[in-house]
Amino acid sequence: MSRNSFLFSTIRSFNDAVARSLVSERLSTAPYLLQQFDPRVRLISIFLLILATVFCRRLSILTFVFALSVMLAIASHVSVWSLVKRVWVIVFVFTGLIALPALFTTSGEILVHFPGSLSITRQGLRTALMLVLRVETTATLTTTLVLCTAWNRLLRGLRSLGIPSELIVIAAMTHRYIFLLIETANQMFESRVSRTVGVLGWRQERSITTQSAAVLLSKSMDLSHEVYLAMLARGFRGDIRLLGEQRLRVWDCLGLISIGALAALVIWVGR
Amino acid sequence: MHIPDGYLSPSTCVTMYALASAGWYSAIKRTKRLLATRTIPLIAMFAAFSFVVMMFNLPLPGGTTGHAVGVTIAAIVLGPAGAIVSISIALFLQALFFGDGGITTFGANCVNMAIVGSLVAFAAYRLIARSSSSPSRRVFAAGVAGYFAINVSALLTAFEFGIQPLLFHDAHGTPLYAPYGLQIAIPAMMVGHLTVAGFAEAFLSAGMLSFFQRTERALLDKGPISAASTVVSPDINRLWLALGLLTLLTPLGVLATGTAWGEWRPSELAARMDAGSSHASIPSGIAKLSGIWTAPFPAYAPPFVRSPVFGYLLSASFVVGILLLSSLLIKSVAGRRDSRDLVS
Repeated sequence: MSRNSFLFSTIRSFNDAVARSLVSERLSTAPYLLQQFDPRVRLISIFLLILATVFCRRLSILTFVFALSVMLAIASHVSVWSLVKRVWVIVFVFTGLIALPALFTTSGEILVHFPGSLSITRQGLRTALMLVLRVETTATLTTTLVLCTAWNRLLRGLRSLGIPSELIVIAAMTHRYIFLLIETANQMFESRVSRTVGVLGWRQERSITTQSAAVLLSKSMDLSHEVYLAMLARGFRGDIRLLGEQRLRVWDCLGLISIGALAALVIWVGR
Repeated sequence: MHIPDGYLSPSTCVTMYALASAGWYSAIKRTKRLLATRTIPLIAMFAAFSFVVMMFNLPLPGGTTGHAVGVTIAAIVLGPAGAIVSISIALFLQALFFGDGGITTFGANCVNMAIVGSLVAFAAYRLIARSSSSPSRRVFAAGVAGYFAINVSALLTAFEFGIQPLLFHDAHGTPLYAPYGLQIAIPAMMVGHLTVAGFAEAFLSAGMLSFFQRTERALLDKGPISAASTVVSPDINRLWLALGLLTLLTPLGVLATGTAWGEWRPSELAARMDAGSSHASIPSGIAKLSGIWTAPFPAYAPPFVRSPVFGYLLSASFVVGILLLSSLLIKSVAGRRDSRDLVS
């Protein structure tokens, strides 16, 4: 069976997801810049910077925010190579595909003229650059936050921002069991690969996929019942209590005020 | 269909967050009442399932592959409220962990896929399958519901993209966010979803339902499905009520003056061109092609109606009626298949 078959490509996507999560777990506990701050401060700061990026309408200011987000990632020990692979290339390809025709279709001052009636306009170039740079900046900021913050702390940070505790508990539980389900699905696909000889037709492939998805759902339902019984056994009666967060330190407050001021400045200057 | 940060303007994001908040509030209230404490692990498992199932590459005719969202099977098994919560959580984890979809656009992604997707999937499934016990009719209903849900979500996404250049541009008319208007955004989004992604969701939903009917009938007939089925009638009624309200609100379009950029009638185009140049005339191609098709309700105003408000209402009712008739047609085709199954 071809290494490019859908069975192998699905197994690869499962393994990539687990590998990414392991890298994130390791980095989130390392003592670098972003990791020094309280998770609530990290969350609010990155959200403010994303907001400033979305509001910004000037290319030069947007370039500055992008450079800042890269410096933040480097200072937090996020590998530039992993940013290139995980974020920049993917965003550039997908957003570039969308932005490319805008170079030609936006009317305005002609910069480059091609044979026929094709021409790149200054306004088209600006639109395409703004779109790509804005998406690259926000994706870099989000990736840096996720890589530098342990999932449970990120959720506790969200709780302190007023997200209902039921949703926090469901999200935490979902995250925990995603990896169990990925492992289960991976094993199902691997066992199928080891029993497959020759080339499968698309109908057979489709049947295998839907059957695997159905079995996975069935297992998820059984697991939810087991988890529910375990919760009851531990004394769960429907009241959700989460551990409280520590008080913010002076360092956290200073960081938050600085980022807030910077975001406000970006929105003001870039409007 | 996951919209990243930066494609939508801040005001669009705020509007979509407000719409999503209404959906989340209603869904959380309903799920709390339905299943009490059992809801938490159940919805968590479904969210995890939806997350993982989006990684499944589903082979499609023509050698291509697509991935499903899992919204249809979630809506069928959990009911729309449970599906809204679980798919929203899956989307939240995707946005934060895998950069699939943005933070500022999370509200928009939830409205498109989790809220509208779940409601359309559930309504279409109930409308076509209704109380039928025929396995083939249920499978057909799940497939059609999946196809409809994904395509309606894609259409909404295209609409959100398409209004950006019309509403948010600088003084020179340069778009500040997604650069294409509705005339490009809708075909660009819909081609892929009508031909690939819609079928991925349809095949997966139909295939899974078929599998459960053969091997785990209890999953469909007991547990969450029975809880979900108790809210079917009010949900359908509320859907109709919401549709009626939205139809009544369509005359708000009259408040917006002027014609959207690039959607001028030939006479309006000539007037605009004359304003810029003394020698302007309508391009011959536009003059030739503009007469090929005459819409029965041009600019949402049938020629025989004088009041623009009534014209908008009539146009909206016409479209809703056409959609309703299409649904009833599909239902009657499925009904015939159903009776054939019973005879054989």
